[in-house]
Amino acid sequence: MTAKETFDRLAEKFPQFELAYVEGKDPAILVQGDNLVELAQHLRDEQEYDYCSSITSVDYPDHFEVVYHLYSWKKEGGPVILKVHADREDPKVPSVVSIWRGADWQEREVWDLMGIHFDGHPNLTRVLMWEGFEGHPLRKDFPGTEDEYAFG
Amino acid sequence: MTMLKTETVTVNLGPQHPSTHGVFRMIVTLDGETIVDLEPVVGYLHRNHEKIGEKNNWIQNTPFTDRLDYISPMSNEFAYVLAVEKLAGIEPPERAKYIRIIMVELNRIINHMVAVGFLLNELGCFFTPMFYALRWREFLMDLYEMTAGSRMMPNYFWIGGVAADLPEGFLPECKELVAALPGFIDEYERLITDNEILQMRCRDVGILPPDVAVAYGCTGPLLRASGVPYDVRKAEPYSIYDRFDFDIVAGTVGDVLDRYLVRIAEMRQSVKIVEQALRDLPGGETATPKKKTFRPAEGDVYHRIEAPKGELGFYLVSDGSVNPYRYKIRSPSFVNLQALPYMCKGHKIADAVIILGSIDITLGEVDR
Repeated sequence: MTAKETFDRLAEKFPQFELAYVEGKDPAILVQGDNLVELAQHLRDEQEYDYCSSITSVDYPDHFEVVYHLYSWKKEGGPVILKVHADREDPKVPSVVSIWRGADWQEREVWDLMGIHFDGHPNLTRVLMWEGFEGHPLRKDFPGTEDEYAFG
Repeated sequence: MTMLKTETVTVNLGPQHPSTHGVFRMIVTLDGETIVDLEPVVGYLHRNHEKIGEKNNWIQNTPFTDRLDYISPMSNEFAYVLAVEKLAGIEPPERAKYIRIIMVELNRIINHMVAVGFLLNELGCFFTPMFYALRWREFLMDLYEMTAGSRMMPNYFWIGGVAADLPEGFLPECKELVAALPGFIDEYERLITDNEILQMRCRDVGILPPDVAVAYGCTGPLLRASGVPYDVRKAEPYSIYDRFDFDIVAGTVGDVLDRYLVRIAEMRQSVKIVEQALRDLPGGETATPKKKTFRPAEGDVYHRIEAPKGELGFYLVSDGSVNPYRYKIRSPSFVNLQALPYMCKGHKIADAVIILGSIDITLGEVDR
């Protein structure tokens, strides 16, 4: 199934959600954060996308974007890619740990390095940086000035 | 009879512990010798690889990926260059594609030799079996040294091909070695597999049922040992894997012994692939013409391969400049490690070490 077909099927199934199709080398589906969990539940239970390969985030100039790459053990072929935008000021996205348990550490990593809060995560603590570290190193504004470089 | 009232004890294993494959800490809650709870603590080798990758240009990142999983550098480079080639729409020459397959499949054998060798070490069978495996690994490393000049940090794969053609003498030596490898694996199995201590210590230890393995997103030999025959090389064939004849190996029980057996069997399959690649190796160019500055068009791309430890993916975002805008690594060790507490609960503390060894992690890749 191509990404476009998956998108059409989802758009038909959930007309109330504001879904958008994002063209590109890997076409993706742009989802509103509020609808993410319900959509994820549907993808896992009804469409057999039971494997969440990667969760990552990108710091764009005007927003953060969280990207999910979903595959299926049973179906062959390419991924379903979900993208969720988060505000710059107070980035928040619902957690999908209840749906894919393997999302746990990946969401913690995104929180740790990019500072996007995952609502409903059972244990949202730093995983790679140490407890008590301030800031989120993968953001484009980190470090702010050259004086802030920790190691020369 | 009344039960004796006992308390649980919390013990720190690591970060400096001989069996942790690097710097890794486990906070273990024990009831007697039985593990009640286990919390892995990672990050001791964290160097924000991804941020440094954004400061490097696209080409500089290829050797940088060698440092992720330093046991299998060629696989890391393979995943990265394939992702960049997908982003920029580059097609490497045929000869380069075959050379790449030879290198990554030799890498899988190298990785599994280390994995099974050290597993025995962790069982308390010190060094003899490990050196049996490492001796053969060195022969394969010699081939790397011959082609790339370095055993462990080859920087051999380039965007659009490989750095140089195979040196004179590589093919006969590689053919000879590959022909001898099944004999070595047989010898190793005679020595180890039927050993009663190995069987007793590994059978039914650290069982990971297939549904749990899938839920945790486990990949690689860890997943296949649980009986899920999933391999990216077959599920979504990349490069030229669809031209080779090989089988996916899967276990039945999903315990430590199955993981060991799956790795042994995968070595045999890799030997098969290398033999076919050597047989079909075409002549011709080994790289597309190189440019001084490399700027892929804007866009984002995700590419995953079946690395020896599991699924290794690169998510790259380009804004059209000489540096990646985002350079994210989905490393198999990091995701597989999440299943460790589940597998350890209810077992003895001595088993935690072999269960960890059977996942086969490299901390350079976990902590990035």
